Amino acid sequence: MNTITTALGTDRARRPRAALTVLLTAAVAVGAPFYLAPFQVFQLTMVLLYAVALAGLNLLVGFGGQISLGHGAFFAAGAYTTAVMLDRYDTGHLATLPVAAAGCFLLGLGFGVPALRLRGLYLALVTLSFAVFLPPLLKRLEPVTGGSMGLTVDKLQPPAWSGLAEDQWMYFVVLAVTAVALLLARNLLRSRVGRALLAVRDNESAAEVMGVRLSLHKTLAFAWSAMFAGVAGCLYTWVIGFVSPDSFSFVLSITLLAGLVVGGLGSLYGPLLGAAFVMYVPSVSQDLSEAAPGVVFGLLIITVMFVAPTGLAGLPGRVLGAVARRLPRTTTTRAPIPEAAPAPDAEPESRAESGPPVTLTPADPAVVDAEPVGAPPRTEKE
Amino acid sequence: MTDLLQQVVEGLGSGAVYASLALALVLIYRFTGIVNFAQGELAMLSTYVAWQLVASGMPFWLALPVTLAVSFAGGMLVERIVIRPVQGAPELTVVIVTVGLFIFVNALAGLIWSFTVKDFPQPFPDGGLDLAGVRVDWSALGIIGVVAVVMGLLYLLFQHTSTGLVMRAVAGNPASARLSGIRVGRVLMLGWGLAATVGAVSGVLVAPVLFLEPNMMGGVLIYAFAAATLGGFDSPVGAVVGGLFVGVAETLTGAYVGVIGADLKVGVPLVIILAVLLVRPQGLFGRAAVERA
Repeated sequence: MNTITTALGTDRARRPRAALTVLLTAAVAVGAPFYLAPFQVFQLTMVLLYAVALAGLNLLVGFGGQISLGHGAFFAAGAYTTAVMLDRYDTGHLATLPVAAAGCFLLGLGFGVPALRLRGLYLALVTLSFAVFLPPLLKRLEPVTGGSMGLTVDKLQPPAWSGLAEDQWMYFVVLAVTAVALLLARNLLRSRVGRALLAVRDNESAAEVMGVRLSLHKTLAFAWSAMFAGVAGCLYTWVIGFVSPDSFSFVLSITLLAGLVVGGLGSLYGPLLGAAFVMYVPSVSQDLSEAAPGVVFGLLIITVMFVAPTGLAGLPGRVLGAVARRLPRTTTTRAPIPEAAPAPDAEPESRAESGPPVTLTPADPAVVDAEPVGAPPRTEKE
Repeated sequence: MTDLLQQVVEGLGSGAVYASLALALVLIYRFTGIVNFAQGELAMLSTYVAWQLVASGMPFWLALPVTLAVSFAGGMLVERIVIRPVQGAPELTVVIVTVGLFIFVNALAGLIWSFTVKDFPQPFPDGGLDLAGVRVDWSALGIIGVVAVVMGLLYLLFQHTSTGLVMRAVAGNPASARLSGIRVGRVLMLGWGLAATVGAVSGVLVAPVLFLEPNMMGGVLIYAFAAATLGGFDSPVGAVVGGLFVGVAETLTGAYVGVIGADLKVGVPLVIILAVLLVRPQGLFGRAAVERA
């Protein structure tokens, strides 16, 4: 929570430095395609595009506290909307972006309604089964989607006046869209909506008492998040020029979540780092073996959750914090606290000091569980 | 009519497999309040162990108990190494850790045994019974029989042994159990071991039908989720009833609803999960959780 408030807080003293950072980043981002090989430019483009999807997922998971294992499905919906519009209606590329965004927003709104009732793992179940169901559905709708052969459409072409190569032009277009999307996500989080989301994540009941409309904000969080995924899908079609059901298997959804977790949940820079991770780790480790990316991903997710729940983005802060804590400790040796020593029977639930700041309450769920048999049915809080 | 019965029998056969994986999910949920997204992958890994044993010349019915023992130990190990550190952490953390385990185990199997499809020996003889025109394969009967035996053994364990009593105590109230001198950590390990064993049974049973490959259990897991949701995530009986229902519903929908057909059958669990959660979130046999904010 602390890290988020500092990330979101408009700290006036840091303005000039922040502005400098932004300028430098922008300069590097604009200059990069002129110094890199086309293939590297393409990879960067993909990183940016994944960052949009991850920023959306971050809204939902990192700030909304809801779990989606099906964001690949919204990504696919955006990609297919774009491909079908280009293929059948020949609308031109720019027109597809708002349609894909709006379509996915509505789709997310539709999924947000069950999300009101489904908390935590149930939402994960539903979204996962949706992600599993989508590829066969796309194959079935052959007249529109081209079935398992997929659809091949025109890539984004550079206009003559720009004098840019195809990969460079695509990079700049995607860069612009990504910049707008990330800015939108950031401003959304600093607005009333963002504060309401954080309140809901941290304590639903308290948020409701404070006057936050739970149903509205949970649904909206899902819709916004789906919209970002849809935009990323649209960019994907622009860049790749080909969609097929097998590109959007539920592995994509899981990869997106994995990237976000490694990049940093609830952080504004997490999506960018996570996107780089999603793009480069498979392409680097694929050379070793087909299974290597999965092994790396799986191990990293578990490790990150154990030792650095704030992900890569939170790592510098955590390291600095740990160092700062360590410094005074060398002078004042902490006396061992007698009651902290566990009974020989008790399980060593206390973990290493570097562990995540989650409070371990092993007995807590039981208190809730131990209800009399004739207890009234679950009260839905809406 | 005969045709319908035939479909129902086939549905029960696959339903029994879903039931056993759902049973594994429910066992873990009861003990730790965790839905283990890696359950199917652990079962797949166990199946590979069985395959390896059979491929190295061991007879199937000897390889099976060895596999189950390995799975039991593996499940205990997973609890101790991967799950214990996040026990009691927010739900999001736990779900993400099990998803990480899912990805890891899936890739690990691919790394060791490659992604090529392997033939798994059918432990039951060919042919079957003919009951008034309905053909019941020995394999379907065998699967249902094995799952029934597993259910029976679990029932005996939980209701008629002191270990079972201790386990129920931990599932009911870990704090009180710990205060009365039960080593909760060990019981949780035992619970995960049991779940992994039950899951392994489902993997071994389904492998001859689906063929063995690292992604084999992905689809089965979705059906098992639907089964557990339908039966109630805290009810073992519900898991079995739910599994059989989902199996039959899946087969009948695939056979008789033309629009859906064989390729869209995987939408059935999605519909079941959504319907149950919207109408009766605690499932058929589950107990409604009352929350104190």
